[in-house]
Amino acid sequence: MSQTPGSAQRPLSPHLQIYRPMLTMTMSIVHRITGCALYFGTFLLVAFLVATAISPRAYETASWLAGSIVGKLVMFGYTWALIHHMLGGIRHFIWDTGAGFGAVARERLAQFTIGGSVVLTIVLWAAILLVK
Amino acid sequence: MVQLTLPKNSQISDGVQWPKPPGANRLTEYRIYRWNPDDGRNPRIDTYYVDRDDCGPMVLDGLIYIKNTIDPTLTFRRSCREGICGSCAMNIDGTNTLACLKSMDDVRGGCVKIYPLPHMPVVKDLIPDLTQFYAQHASIEPWLHTETPAPEKEWPQSRNDREKLDGLYECILCACCSTSCPSYWWNGDRYLGPAALLGAYRWLIDSRDEATGERLDNLEDPFRLYRCHTIMNCAKACPKGLNPAKAIAEIKKMMVTRQF
Repeated sequence: MSQTPGSAQRPLSPHLQIYRPMLTMTMSIVHRITGCALYFGTFLLVAFLVATAISPRAYETASWLAGSIVGKLVMFGYTWALIHHMLGGIRHFIWDTGAGFGAVARERLAQFTIGGSVVLTIVLWAAILLVK
Repeated sequence: MVQLTLPKNSQISDGVQWPKPPGANRLTEYRIYRWNPDDGRNPRIDTYYVDRDDCGPMVLDGLIYIKNTIDPTLTFRRSCREGICGSCAMNIDGTNTLACLKSMDDVRGGCVKIYPLPHMPVVKDLIPDLTQFYAQHASIEPWLHTETPAPEKEWPQSRNDREKLDGLYECILCACCSTSCPSYWWNGDRYLGPAALLGAYRWLIDSRDEATGERLDNLEDPFRLYRCHTIMNCAKACPKGLNPAKAIAEIKKMMVTRQF
């Protein structure tokens, strides 16, 4: 291709702004987001463990925080992110074997990941609340 | 690098609303990305109306109708009009495909929105600069590598081995897949992209090729191969129904299995 004088100023064609959102593409983004969320969630878990090691008072404060509405919401979100990311990992594991790339299979895998993560999160929390 | 917004010179402004063809009964609205390297302005979206009673059924027919009867400055690539040459690859209705294979009636929402292939430097209107795309294809050396002396006639191949090339050799290098891939958008300078990797796999599993090891060495790189995160836009975009995502997964498998 010849280098025309104006070529340095060539515009970049639009991409994310105009591409139709696809389920598998969205799942890839969500996998990244949940991965980041887990990073910070693990940080909170460490903060809780540190508090238990410091003193009974620190432990009580941490427990109160975790038991508050906001704390429970954060933990619920953390559980979902954890399960969603785990199921996403299994999905990627299946792909690593070379399976699940067909037009139907890839959509099913994405749907199972969303549905599975929501159902498993609710079941897990129901079990925890019932045992309590 | 990931950059979600467009650079200043690439932001799109309002364009011209072209008049409807007189006396037409059935109209289809086209909104087309325009950029002229000679007028110093930002890209814009022009609106056209295609007379369906005077025009073929495909999106490409509409583009040719516009160029012939409304606006001769509209610029796009086209050649075979039957999905063999790959020239008319563009972003239609939000996904990359060939304008000649996409029916106007299959466009959702009534109005046909057309952009050049995403995240590419624009030469003019719907024409992207594919220099880098072709260079990446050349980098995988898409030809037969052999060391044994050439046989008297041809290199023989069993039917079974020949069948392994089905779903790979049909690639027409239209660039629909590579330019649909977010990984290619963000790292197109270092990641080879689905089209080049599909081509690489086509030679990796060719029973006649004798450079499999060197080919894999060339791909063993955090970016060239492993920027594929199985987003699958490539497989959904391919107008020939090929599956670059699967070909890439097979290369990744070869990388692992060759260690044992």
